[in-house]
Amino acid sequence: MTETQIAHPGARLPEPGPLPNRLQLTDDGQLRHMLTIEGLNRELLTEILDTAESFANMNEKAVKKVPLLRGKTIVNLFFEASTRTRTTFELAAKRLSADVLNVNIDTSSAVKGESLLDTLRNIEAMNVDMFVVRHEESGAAHFIARHVAPGISVLNAGDGRHAHPTQALLDMFTIRRHKGDFTKLKVAIVGDILHSRVARSQIHALNILQTGEVRVVAPCSLLPSNVDQLGVHVYNDLDAGLKDVDVIIMLRLQRERMEHAHLPSEHEYYQLFGLTSRRLQLAHPTCLVMHPGPANRGVEIESAVADGPHSVILEQVTYGISVRMAVMSMVMGAHQA
Amino acid sequence: MTTPDVPTLLDDMAEQARHYLKTHGIAAPIVVGIHSGGVWIAEHLRERLGVERPLGRLDISFYRDDFSRIGMHPQVRPSELPEDLDGEHVLLVDDVLYSGRTIRAALNELFDYGRPASVTLAVLVERDGRELPIAAAIVGAHMELGKTEQIKLRGPEPLRLERVTIDPEDLKA
Repeated sequence: MTETQIAHPGARLPEPGPLPNRLQLTDDGQLRHMLTIEGLNRELLTEILDTAESFANMNEKAVKKVPLLRGKTIVNLFFEASTRTRTTFELAAKRLSADVLNVNIDTSSAVKGESLLDTLRNIEAMNVDMFVVRHEESGAAHFIARHVAPGISVLNAGDGRHAHPTQALLDMFTIRRHKGDFTKLKVAIVGDILHSRVARSQIHALNILQTGEVRVVAPCSLLPSNVDQLGVHVYNDLDAGLKDVDVIIMLRLQRERMEHAHLPSEHEYYQLFGLTSRRLQLAHPTCLVMHPGPANRGVEIESAVADGPHSVILEQVTYGISVRMAVMSMVMGAHQA
Repeated sequence: MTTPDVPTLLDDMAEQARHYLKTHGIAAPIVVGIHSGGVWIAEHLRERLGVERPLGRLDISFYRDDFSRIGMHPQVRPSELPEDLDGEHVLLVDDVLYSGRTIRAALNELFDYGRPASVTLAVLVERDGRELPIAAAIVGAHMELGKTEQIKLRGPEPLRLERVTIDPEDLKA
């Protein structure tokens, strides 16, 4: 689980672990861990989205809970700060009637020098059933999945610059709810592709679901050098990239990862790559505006657009719960079969 | 072996239901079917009874008690209950009543939507093999079947009952 720390123009996206699917699928093709979208097939992604659809109706119930994972213990193992993702994973687990334990490693063992494996073994000894892992290093979730006891599932809630599969799935769910068929859609992903695990997972998911056209729009300094291998159309000009698109996915400008001066200034970035009301008019009239949050208003997106009629940013948060419920119940089910 | 004719059973069920609702003073029940066979039967029953309130549909997959043994049902459909159940009389409909576990799960799910005034169970076929204290008030046909036999409703058009023999190996699953 090493990752090159070089973050300069031309840096490559981290390589996925060897044969991730042997790790994340059972022998009969069921999802056992959710580590990466890469390598999954269209049927499985569709099954996840369909299952999420049945959970999405749950808000109509007086009791917003199902007893599916009653008696299971799910551990949120977060080595990196996160509010939204952790909260929605926690709510998803609770709505499935599981017990949830939040372990924030920053403030406990890491400072005492306990190794990742030690931490894992200790929590495993408490007879838990699932780990939801976020870690700043690419490949951390794979590493944990390789070492957990059989019967425990691992969900990747974001590892370094590698993958964030449930975020990509909730984005696909949001798109499908509004647009239906992917094959006729033009989707533009705009912003910091180089540092974004979200973008990488989205690109895989969109391609697996046979999206008509996937575009990435970014300055050269925020594109990986192997971008041409990702099966996307590359644009360095936002106006051209937005022309007639059905979905715009804005990425967060990762200020915390920008120490190596990829950009002259945030202000200039906004001038060139910020999504403004004026630019939105270049897209299809019924275009969706998405953002994984939290949005930097006035840096990558204008407030009026983030809050405007095309925006489905808050819906993404709501659907995140349903999608995570679907993934959690499917991986727990796969162990039993 | 011949199986009962479904439309005939439906006529008989409608007659029983009319009588039941009348004697219990229920004017406007909410008819709720359990996916998928129960929904087909519920649609026909609702039509025969002239119930105007929209049909409810339950998919009890998230409430099953065998999830820890057999995992997720691959094709779960959303449950739809168009009306508030609080204080309402529910006519719960399924195709085959066997162990009673499906009905147990359905009752749990119903009560997550609200507190109905009453729930009455109507089934097309009631067979032997109950494992829970659950009984139907409205029954199309009663059948005695062997342990390796099952009765399945095929549909939606036309609806017919089919008797199938199952491999004893599958019973262990």
